[in-house]
Amino acid sequence: MGKMSLTQHLIGSLVVAFAFLAPASARAQDHRLPTNGSNGGGMDTHLFRPAVDSKGFFSVNGSDILAKAGYKEFPKTWADWTTAMKKIKSQMSPRQFPILMPTNEWPQPVMFALEAGSPILRDDGRYGAFEQPAFRKGFDFYLGFYRQGFASPVSSSQVSNLFQEFERGNIAMYISGPWYIGEFKNRLDSATQKKWMTAAMPGINGPGVSLALGSSLSLFAASQHKKEAWLLMEYMSRPAIQLQFYVLTGDLPPRKAAWQDTTFANNKYTRAFRDQLERVVPLPQVPEWEEIATTIYEHGEQAIRKAKTVDQTLASLDQDVNAMLEKRRYLLAQEKPKT
Amino acid sequence: MSATLPPDGAASGEMLSEPLPGMVAIKRRFPWSRDPGAHTPSDVGKAAWLFLAPALVLIFVFFFLPVLASLVLSVTDFDIYAIANPPTTRFVGMANYTKLFHSPEFWQALRNTFYFALVGGPLTIAVSLGTALLLNAKLVRFKSFFRTIYFTPFVTTLVAVSIVWRYLYHTRYGVLNYGLAHLGIAPIDWLGNPHWAMPAIILMSIWKNFGYNMLIFIAGLQAIPQDLYDAAEIDGAGPVRRFFAVTLPLLGPTLLFVSVITMIGYFQLFSEPYVMTQGGPLRATTSVVLMMYEEGFRWWRMGYAAAIAFVLFVVILIATLIQFRLQKEHA
Amino acid sequence: MSRTNPRLVVGEGKSTYDYRPGAVGGSAGGYGRVDSARARRRGTQIVLYALLIIGALIALLPMLWMLSASFMPTGEASTYPPHLMPSRITFDHYRDLFTRLNLGRYLFNSALIAVVVTGVSLVINSLAGYAFAKLRFRGRDRAFRILSLGLVLPVQVAMLPLFLLMKNLHLINTYWGVIIPGMASIFGIFLIRQYALSIPDDMLDAARIDGASELRIYWSVVVPGILPILATLAIWTFLATWNDFMWPLIVLSDEAHYTLPVALANLSGEHVMDTELMMAGSVLTVIPVLAVFLFLQRYYIQGVMAGSVKG
Repeated sequence: MGKMSLTQHLIGSLVVAFAFLAPASARAQDHRLPTNGSNGGGMDTHLFRPAVDSKGFFSVNGSDILAKAGYKEFPKTWADWTTAMKKIKSQMSPRQFPILMPTNEWPQPVMFALEAGSPILRDDGRYGAFEQPAFRKGFDFYLGFYRQGFASPVSSSQVSNLFQEFERGNIAMYISGPWYIGEFKNRLDSATQKKWMTAAMPGINGPGVSLALGSSLSLFAASQHKKEAWLLMEYMSRPAIQLQFYVLTGDLPPRKAAWQDTTFANNKYTRAFRDQLERVVPLPQVPEWEEIATTIYEHGEQAIRKAKTVDQTLASLDQDVNAMLEKRRYLLAQEKPKT
Repeated sequence: MSATLPPDGAASGEMLSEPLPGMVAIKRRFPWSRDPGAHTPSDVGKAAWLFLAPALVLIFVFFFLPVLASLVLSVTDFDIYAIANPPTTRFVGMANYTKLFHSPEFWQALRNTFYFALVGGPLTIAVSLGTALLLNAKLVRFKSFFRTIYFTPFVTTLVAVSIVWRYLYHTRYGVLNYGLAHLGIAPIDWLGNPHWAMPAIILMSIWKNFGYNMLIFIAGLQAIPQDLYDAAEIDGAGPVRRFFAVTLPLLGPTLLFVSVITMIGYFQLFSEPYVMTQGGPLRATTSVVLMMYEEGFRWWRMGYAAAIAFVLFVVILIATLIQFRLQKEHA
Repeated sequence: MSRTNPRLVVGEGKSTYDYRPGAVGGSAGGYGRVDSARARRRGTQIVLYALLIIGALIALLPMLWMLSASFMPTGEASTYPPHLMPSRITFDHYRDLFTRLNLGRYLFNSALIAVVVTGVSLVINSLAGYAFAKLRFRGRDRAFRILSLGLVLPVQVAMLPLFLLMKNLHLINTYWGVIIPGMASIFGIFLIRQYALSIPDDMLDAARIDGASELRIYWSVVVPGILPILATLAIWTFLATWNDFMWPLIVLSDEAHYTLPVALANLSGEHVMDTELMMAGSVLTVIPVLAVFLFLQRYYIQGVMAGSVKG
């Protein structure tokens, strides 16, 4: 039993949590059950999550500004990226920035940490791993954007209209997910429509990792309608159906088979995402994840505004997250078979 | 007057000297009829409890009981695990409170809330009093027209106006900074600068709430007899002197009443930071209630949040008692 | 639960008037000084009116801009220098709200909840208020004292366990979950009681002698007598329930049940960039309460002012 019953606790509790989490952020897809990546298996014992759609982060960029800086393609490594932004910044006025990266978003610091090899949490989610070198490397890269003036330290609520900023050339890049493809298509004026492109996230030594977010269907162990739920999940997992879903909603399919359709072969915007799909990494699978993610960017904000040094920030992150995970440690210790 | 009773002064059951409008007509209409019904005190008593039952049951079950339960909750570590599986709850004694008092976020929330209440409160009252004086001036006509206009912000939905003000406060495109630019003031990053965020919320709250207190002040001002002003004027007092010698002292009770309800309301700050700043920047606008909401309904740390709620209650209680004490000294 | 506005706590004790001897009354001045006095009065009048008008503009400007921006074409509200009037009027955003964004549903939810709470609470609160005022029964004063304690308790303290209680009653994300906590209010009871105290006792006794039941007395004698305060309380409750934010935010998790403030807050997260759209949403949220207030302001304002001064 062990971990399974804890998971079942989590399942049960998560019925409540997902239903009642207030819509404080627009990205409701963060509040979903983490996946164990399985693609089958008994529903009574496994945590099964066929994704309905998937959202990995990649970058949207103004290709004309990049071209002006001498880049025909989006940089693929962190080093190239940094150089590109330096060049772009030198060609911009003081109130313009190469990249828009709001400080109150957790995906950026988390993604960079994952790329640098950090597990974010260690010991099966019992403790934070923030003072380890891997996280520090990712965090330093994240701070670098602000330190070197590539991004303005604004919060997402201060950005009145990202699309206008793109149109006016005040921003050259933005990290987001495929749901923005539709938004960009709809909102950018015709002049700018020819000038934007998507690209995969750069990594340390080549294309980088991305986050596996997105809506999921979850089958709860305590469900009274397991058969019906299973049928639905199975139905939604069929490539043809996922394709239909994409056509209806614009949500990209998570199954590679669905991507083989011609709809995607000719879509230059989704190409980057398909590429990215190969390198998605799961997030730590703890129910406290949202709280931890919020803490990460809150501490990040303090480091960005120089209220704390990097060392202090990472130390207090470890401290705070360890406190958050105390109950989990306690429950896991209870679950262990006594020897 | 005991501290537990509301300041209504009518606990003993006084009556107005005239019957209320509508009463007389009914008196005539009511038929005099047959048998002298026996309305024993116990009949009345039974009816009374029947009348009270719905209200008392509702208030007890859905208010008093939860308040007590909050206290109980605050000494446990009830959280997301416990919602699904209550037996995982542990009794933790004062641990939540200890954690609270060691938490920099909590002290910041407390400071923010006090900042809001102790700066916003008096400013709101001052504006209310000022407009009440304006509206009470003899030389002014169209009083009710202006009164309605000034009261309108109070009636509007807080969430809706918070959203409007969020755009008014925009650094580049907001009307407020545009207006300031005309006065030669550089644009202020109202909602993005930790130093200006709370003042921004205070300003909006003054605008929203001054109308309510203004009405109360108008009523209070109208209750001051004109002879006192005339007497003062004869004695040579100018308008300013008259204000300090006649108006202010006689408004004393009203002033205290207004400041109590304003403070209590302001300590419960929640919607404005939730909608406008999400508690930021850097938690500069996180209030105690907002923190309670975050901890209790976003992170589901309900035991911890209950401790926060209880501390809020104690703070409000102390503030209220202080003000009642001040009133006793003056009365 | 609708206590997001400062509470109206009834009345104050008698103030002591410091009567000064020798107050004769009558304004100063003989005939010779009439002209300059009149000129001074004119000057003061102009200043007063100027201040009043400036104040009125400040009070109205945010809402006027809100209205104006709601008609602006997309993007016009985010320009520099800011536009105060739309360059051309468009109803696109209102259309969007009702078609794409389902605002009609939220309007309905808000209206339904507000009307039900107002109706039910009027009955419940007035029954209780009258009972406290006029019916003698054992434990009346003690019960009243305990109830007054409730006025000091901030409503947020109850919200956490109340949520758990609602969850166990399966009332989360239902209309009843929002309605039930608002059906009785201590403040409402106090307000009614205060007013009901002035019902002449002999009228009630006369009705009793005539054989009317207590309920009959309540319905035929008391209710008509306290109609003004019922009107005030009705308006107050309606506004407070319509504007209520925190509790519906907590209890309602499904868009289909959202009230307007909750839906608006949700929309503002997603559509932070759509200034004009959000302004239209705000207009639609505010108009009903403004309408109710403007039409019935007499009762409302009377209630606020009467409740604050005890003669």
